[in-house]
Amino acid sequence: MNSLSRRRFLKITGATFGAAVAVSSLSEVVKGAEKVEVKTGKKVKGIQKIPTYCDICFWKCGAIAYLKDGELWKIEGNPDDPLSEGRLCPRGTGGIGAHFDDSRLKAPLIRKGPRGSEEFVQVTWDEALNYIAEKMKKIKSDFGPEAMVLFSHGVGGNFLKHLMHAYGTPNDTAPSFAQCRGPREVGFELTFGDVIGSPERTDLRNSKCIVLIGSHLGENMHNTQVQEFSEAIEKGATIITVDPRFSVAAGKAKYYLPIKPGTDMALLLAWMNVLVTEELYNKKFIEKYAYGFEQFQYEIAQYTPEWAYIETTIDPEVIRETAREMARYMPATLIHPGRHTSWYGDDAQRSRAIALLNALMGNWGKKGGFYNPTSVNIPKYPYPAYPKSEKGAADNPNHKYPFAEGEKLSTGLREATLTEKPYPIKGWFVYGTNLTQALPNTQETINAIQKLDLMVVCDVVPSEIAGYADVVLPESVYVERYDDLNNPLFREGFVSLRQPVVDSPNDQKPNWWIAKKLADKLGLQEYFPWKDVEEYLDTRLRSAGLSLPQLKEKGVIRAPKGKIYFDEDEEIEFYTSTGKVEFYSHKLKDAGFDPIPKYTKPEEPPAGYFRLLFGRSPVHTFSKTQSNRFLSGLMDENEVWLNYDIAKRMGIKNGDYIKLKNQDGIVSNKVKVKATERIRTDCVYMVHGFGQRSKMYRQTFNKGASDSQLITKYKMDPLMGGTGMNVNFVTIDWEA
Amino acid sequence: MARYGMVIDTKKCVGCQDCVIACEAENNVPEGFCRDWITTESSGKFPTIEMEIRTERCNHCTDAPCVSCCPTGASHYHDVGGVVLVTHGECIGCKACIASCPYDARYVHPEGYVDKCTFCIHRVENGKDPACVSVCPTHCMYFGDLDDPSSKVSQLLKSRKNHSLIPEAGTKPNIYYLT
Amino acid sequence: MQEITTTRHNHLIDPTLHVWGWEIPIYLFLGGMVAGMMLISGYFLFKGRHKETNCSCYYLPYMSMVLLSLGMLALFLDLEHKLYVWRLYTTFQITSAMSWGSWILVLVYPILMINILLRPPKILEDKLPIIIEWKNKLHANPIWIKNIGVISMFFGAGIGLYTGVLLSSLGARPLWSSSILWLLFLVSGLSGAAAFVHVIAKNVYERELLAKADNAFLIIELFVIALFIIGLKTATQVQSNAADMLLNGEFASSFWVFVIGIGIVIPLIIQLLAVNHKIHHTPIAPLMVILGGLILRFIIVAAGQYSHWFALN
Ligand SMILES: Nc1nc2c(c(=O)[nH]1)N[C@H]1C(S)=C(S)[C@@H](COP(=O)(O)OP(=O)(O)OC[C@H]3O[C@@H](n4cnc5c(=O)[nH]c(N)nc54)[C@H](O)[C@@H]3O)O[C@H]1N2
Ligand SMILES: Nc1nc2c(c(=O)[nH]1)N[C@H]1C(S)=C(S)[C@@H](COP(=O)(O)OP(=O)(O)OC[C@H]3O[C@@H](n4cnc5c(=O)[nH]c(N)nc54)[C@H](O)[C@@H]3O)O[C@H]1N2
Ligand code: SF4
Ligand code: SF4
Ligand code: SF4
Ligand code: SF4
Ligand code: SF4
Ligand SMILES: [Mo]
Repeated sequence: MNSLSRRRFLKITGATFGAAVAVSSLSEVVKGAEKVEVKTGKKVKGIQKIPTYCDICFWKCGAIAYLKDGELWKIEGNPDDPLSEGRLCPRGTGGIGAHFDDSRLKAPLIRKGPRGSEEFVQVTWDEALNYIAEKMKKIKSDFGPEAMVLFSHGVGGNFLKHLMHAYGTPNDTAPSFAQCRGPREVGFELTFGDVIGSPERTDLRNSKCIVLIGSHLGENMHNTQVQEFSEAIEKGATIITVDPRFSVAAGKAKYYLPIKPGTDMALLLAWMNVLVTEELYNKKFIEKYAYGFEQFQYEIAQYTPEWAYIETTIDPEVIRETAREMARYMPATLIHPGRHTSWYGDDAQRSRAIALLNALMGNWGKKGGFYNPTSVNIPKYPYPAYPKSEKGAADNPNHKYPFAEGEKLSTGLREATLTEKPYPIKGWFVYGTNLTQALPNTQETINAIQKLDLMVVCDVVPSEIAGYADVVLPESVYVERYDDLNNPLFREGFVSLRQPVVDSPNDQKPNWWIAKKLADKLGLQEYFPWKDVEEYLDTRLRSAGLSLPQLKEKGVIRAPKGKIYFDEDEEIEFYTSTGKVEFYSHKLKDAGFDPIPKYTKPEEPPAGYFRLLFGRSPVHTFSKTQSNRFLSGLMDENEVWLNYDIAKRMGIKNGDYIKLKNQDGIVSNKVKVKATERIRTDCVYMVHGFGQRSKMYRQTFNKGASDSQLITKYKMDPLMGGTGMNVNFVTIDWEA
Repeated sequence: MARYGMVIDTKKCVGCQDCVIACEAENNVPEGFCRDWITTESSGKFPTIEMEIRTERCNHCTDAPCVSCCPTGASHYHDVGGVVLVTHGECIGCKACIASCPYDARYVHPEGYVDKCTFCIHRVENGKDPACVSVCPTHCMYFGDLDDPSSKVSQLLKSRKNHSLIPEAGTKPNIYYLT
Repeated sequence: MQEITTTRHNHLIDPTLHVWGWEIPIYLFLGGMVAGMMLISGYFLFKGRHKETNCSCYYLPYMSMVLLSLGMLALFLDLEHKLYVWRLYTTFQITSAMSWGSWILVLVYPILMINILLRPPKILEDKLPIIIEWKNKLHANPIWIKNIGVISMFFGAGIGLYTGVLLSSLGARPLWSSSILWLLFLVSGLSGAAAFVHVIAKNVYERELLAKADNAFLIIELFVIALFIIGLKTATQVQSNAADMLLNGEFASSFWVFVIGIGIVIPLIIQLLAVNHKIHHTPIAPLMVILGGLILRFIIVAAGQYSHWFALN
């Protein structure tokens, strides 16, 4: 998978900035004025605008921070940024709250009591980093460098990743693969020979028919996606929303399909059945590019809408009608590939079915379907080569999950820590990821941590995971630091900069500083040849014909727009083994899996239980924004959605507080009930990220309930090791 | 004379509250208060549900009861665009205006005076859109002169079905919702 | 099913409006009492019956002065921006009931003062002998007294009317958008004031007289309440819903028990029996009337804030 993506990447990174600098107009942004007057040392009066990019989620929207008399005032989108186009999402707009957060970690801490007791003593940076360096050296000499694992989510971790690779471990991971996008990328890679990536290559803006399977755009606030979704609505696109819950996106839909949770595969197969039997699919595309279509055609014949009705509870006529609607607008019909796809353990196959449905639309590289993303090449910093690891990564021993490629399995490394197989893991370095919330089955995470010799957490607040650390490192928040460049694959090539806007209020430090200091102490100076991050950034930018001062002023520099669609009769090269879109996959067949996706029935909830579903609030990011006062002011606890009739029957009123108990007897915090018509009777729903139980993190302690706590069960995706998490059942705990 | 108003496309609004946060930051709205907010109205029986999501704020009514009931003249029509404003230094905090507003658009600022949406007149007079309008990621809000038939807002009202809130209260609200 | 959620969370506004606590009902109640008192004393002065109705004509003005001041104090306490209270008197806002009210209230003071001159307090007479002169002059000119009576009644009616109009001019609250709220408050003020004299008058004749008057006021008040409710019930849906809050909703128990029962019907029965000499006069009945008047203001202010146009949707 990796190799293919890279091949594709090499092909498209031909673009250079060339005339880019001239293209970009930065009328709005005032030149990076000094925040403090050099002479007097006083804060500069008046308004200053400093461009940077947002870090409240991983979308990386270009922004402009405003200072009023030297104090952070507000942050807006940078109109020159192609991701934000001048508008941030609510979390981005509220992002300045991260700087003012009263809960912030102020200085490094070293554990005093037992792990998880949240008892710490405050130390200096030198003490903290010496402690870490000593332990890391010992781990390396006793167990080899592979015994260290880096969990790191977000661009901020880049310098730490570099450090860990220099140290010699291949084990770096994030919950963004096995708990998030992994299944989708694998499903698409197996079908089209290429991944969807982030930002998604979906041409929502130009779609005439958008099918959302779970993707709850509008609550899921990935900025560009929402902006484009809205643009499509304005242009009159047909929206088809498939969700057990009447989501915001369902409210925008012409067709709302209230599917029984976990049965989407049946719907997808039935849609394809209709398209194939009614010969509505994109024949030209299929004739030219499909591999194994005949077998597919033969197999799909059994999945009639009537068959699917029994599984999904969706009216067969609606299935037919929506399939025809999709065909009406193809190739400008987009079946959204989703993002958080680790649902039921058959997720890579479901994603493959979504990929195939898209293939029937012939929308690959087509306007309104999937565009061909592009990028500009900014060479990496010329570092010395990393030491080779003898043992290799520990996340997926013996390729148990044959298609787990590209990123490491977070849960695989947790497993390795617990079992010491394939080899012992002795140290975790956790950066910007709240593992007790992000990984399913919190107890397993805690058990793994208890086996470690070293547990470091670098965070900005005393998050749940920080409570289990031996050393807690307080990072400066994004408006106070430089990070690596943002230079993604997107509609157009561009590069954007995160730069400090204000100073850190206390003794917090940026990740690059932490990585470099730690490298010094580990004797890895040669890997950090730059004096400071500005030198690093400038070196990279200059090798692409730009410079740091230039980017500091503009925030974003765009390359000239290139071609992102295939021409009408252009030959398309697919990077699959057959060079075609694989309706039948030998790769899967050879590995012992269904070469054409099949449906498996999800487990039914026991009597009196509901399936626990979860999702996003537009004003929060996972578990990382709950103490941001701008955002918590709008939502400081989550609710559990319960069907109105069910609630009534059980004597529960809207606004009552209840506790939930899952199939394993785990009881949640008390949580407010939203008794509503907007959800099926067989499931309940809550926003992820609440109910944190870190006592140090007072603003969030016990506010709302944690879905993570109730997700004790998870179902492994046999293809790629993703953790299906929608497989837990809860009931109301009346003893509460 | 201009009559400033807003037209909000409920088909596009996703209820994300970006407009609320932007207002808070722009106008230094005290913690715990808001000048704008989101109302979600749904009806029907699952799965046949109709839902409207709206961003709401002071309607800058043409016949504003909050202005007519104010004993000090603190609540007044601004000379630009008929925007309804409160002069903090004239307000005694009697709250009659709050009780008179059918939209519950006002609140008592912790400093004692009554506060509400200003249509960001400080921005508008500098040629910018109100803060909430300018951040909205779905571009669902439009601000402009309702008396100017060529303005975007007037055009939208002409071409799309729309409604205002509680017109029966007789205040002549100047915010319209496209449906 | 209809589901409405809002993210608004403003203090005193959400989940239901309650910007006015105890101060405004107290203020309205005291204003009503003062109105009733001025009407009663004014009437007797106008009729030249101040000899027989001593208490009404000589004592009520003092009382009015005290109650009015207490009322204004309550109003002041309610203001959120107290230091700016003077702003009320740098302007006159013709459309604002509250502006009218605040000006009427200051004009009432001199009238009460002149009224008091008819029988000034002893200490004042001792300190300022000229007062005695004025008093004598007044008493020598019955026509002046008549005029004082008229002015008293005029301003009394003004205050009474104003306390109702203050609320009903705030069109946003369906319960208050009634064209006879002013009448209700006026009559309630009269019955309260009459009850007050009934309690404190030493003169049996005056007590009887006021008890009878009170009975009349109470009966009228019952009618006005009925009209008020019928008016709301037959108006818009939201107004009808608002009336339901009193009839069988959130405020029904206090409305029926305190306003109708304890405030009107029971004292009416007691006083009817008393004026027909079936039982002895008891201060309990008039005190009930006064209490009923107070609670009426509380309920109307609270329920009015609770009532909302949105009930329509
Ligand atoms: N505001 C905000 N936005 C975010 C994030 C955030 O934290 N905050 N996180 C971002 C990230 S990293 C991700 S991965 C995405 C996740 O966002 P999505 O990819 O949209 O996430 P999902 O988990 O697919 O969406 C949950 C929705 O799926 C529905 N659902 C649950 N089970 C089923 C089912 O069996 N079938 C169907 N058809 N629907 C089902 C739920 O009711 C809910 O509406 O959001 C991104 N956007
Ligand atoms: N139960 C459940 N589990 C899930 C999901 C779910 O919906 N439900 N979603 C899954 C998905 S899609 C994803 S992508 C993952 C996301 O998982 P994570 O990336 O782990 O997300 P968070 O839980 O927000 O944890 C982020 C942590 O980073 C810290 N942080 C914030 N800003 C900074 C910073 O500037 N520097 C540093 N050093 N730290 C910072 C925060 O305080 C917080 O502790 O979770 C997955 N797991
Ligand atoms: S989507 Fe929102 S939170 Fe994420 S980077 Fe963009 S503005 Fe920031
Ligand atoms: S910012 Fe726009 S989309 Fe979001 S709630 Fe406000 S008006 Fe609606
Ligand atoms: S919405 Fe309310 S506050 Fe705004 S002008 Fe109308 S009545 Fe006044
Ligand atoms: S509270 Fe202020 S603005 Fe409102 S009516 Fe009273 S004086 Fe006027
Ligand atoms: S117009 Fe300005 S004051 Fe009014 S809600 Fe929008 S941002 Fe707030
Ligand atoms: Mo994710």
